[in-house]
Amino acid sequence: MIKINNVSKHYGSFQVLTDCSTSVSKGEVIVVCGPSGSGKSTLIKCVNGLEQFQSGEIIVNGISVGDPKTNLSKLRAGVGMVFQNFELFPHMSITENLAIAQVKVLGRSKEEAMDKGLKLLDRVGLKAQAAKFPGQLSGGQQQRVAIARALAMDPSCMLFDEPTSALDPEMVNEVLDVMTELAQEGMTMMCVTHEMGFARRVAHRVIFMDQGRIVEDDAKEAFFANPRSERAQQFLAKILQH
Amino acid sequence: MYEFDWSSIPGALPFLWDGMKISLEITAQAIVIGIVWGTLLAMMRLSSVKPLSWFAAGYVNLFRAVPLVMVLLWFFLIVPKFIEHLFNFPPGADLRLSSAMMGFALFESAYYSEIIRAGIQSVPKGQISASYALGMTYGQAMRLVVLPQAFRNMIPLLLTQAIILFQDTSLVYVSALADFFGAAYKVGDRDGRLVEMLLFAGAVYFVICFSVSRLVKHFQNKYHPA
Repeated sequence: MIKINNVSKHYGSFQVLTDCSTSVSKGEVIVVCGPSGSGKSTLIKCVNGLEQFQSGEIIVNGISVGDPKTNLSKLRAGVGMVFQNFELFPHMSITENLAIAQVKVLGRSKEEAMDKGLKLLDRVGLKAQAAKFPGQLSGGQQQRVAIARALAMDPSCMLFDEPTSALDPEMVNEVLDVMTELAQEGMTMMCVTHEMGFARRVAHRVIFMDQGRIVEDDAKEAFFANPRSERAQQFLAKILQH
Repeated sequence: MYEFDWSSIPGALPFLWDGMKISLEITAQAIVIGIVWGTLLAMMRLSSVKPLSWFAAGYVNLFRAVPLVMVLLWFFLIVPKFIEHLFNFPPGADLRLSSAMMGFALFESAYYSEIIRAGIQSVPKGQISASYALGMTYGQAMRLVVLPQAFRNMIPLLLTQAIILFQDTSLVYVSALADFFGAAYKVGDRDGRLVEMLLFAGAVYFVICFSVSRLVKHFQNKYHPA
């Protein structure tokens, strides 16, 4: 479903990604982890073309992201993305946030979009908040709305860019629960996250990145039981102490 | 000791009101054109297409570096002749009023575009990313997500600029337009009561501008409580 082949990216002389290759098949849940600055957020943003890359190719549902002829808007409409800072639209109510892209991008009717939005809002447990504005919700609630907003587009896969990093600790779980449920329903997911508990429970594979390279790309069990690279061992040792 | 004589004011009020209507008309027109054209300029300035960005930067820098009076005179003296020549209008067709008003609006657009540019930049970049991620095009992201937030952030500045603009309209007296200031001057001149009329006109400008600026403060506190 997602194929990443030898992707490299640099800002001027600074190499952000070097020769990254991996793939995600339908229904698979991949966790991407690594120290900050390792390029994991950049990699995931390359998947839907929010970041450009200079060499290599990324194929999503058979369409090349880097090809200048690709209609990126159309491709992105089919790929859900959840951001670290939620990025709900603050000038719109929750329902409008859920409906806007359905109406303007997919051309659904207002009623259909509202209907779908409310159903998804119910699913993330926030039906009561429909009329509120993003600023009136807690971080965890906003992130759940953001997930619902992405799901409203009926995406074929979902990208998560550190979805819990900006949250207060007590709100992390409500978001992870929604993500876990999604994974169990068979959604294809690529998640950049430091939540190793989530990775252990839900992921099929774990990718570990360091200095712009994919250092490990392993089945979850193998990664946690016996990381091959020294860098990953150090990383796990540090992160799992807590 | 100078003896004030205010007696010519009451009789002149209808004439002054006509002047005020012109002042308000010019202000309103300049605000509308300023915001529309200023938004386009701001978007060009921020565009990654270099020639557009250069054009907008040049435009803004030019108009901000010359005095308004000069621009008004250019548009009053030169532009109508030029248009007459270009479109073969009969000489003397009265383009001067609209041309001066146009000059005013184009000048103010440069200032509006800078306010709007700052407003667009005040919207977090993640908002554009999120719009793109939902499949929106650049145009949709701007129209539906970025500009509404930018304008909301800008309201106090836009209103403040509108006050400045209203005061600036008095400069159209150079093109012999009878705006409020021009009307007051004419009446004062006619009746030999220039000092009184100018004091009165000043007081009117003060009352209008001061009340609007209080209103701006009120909105500011309401939407952005400190």
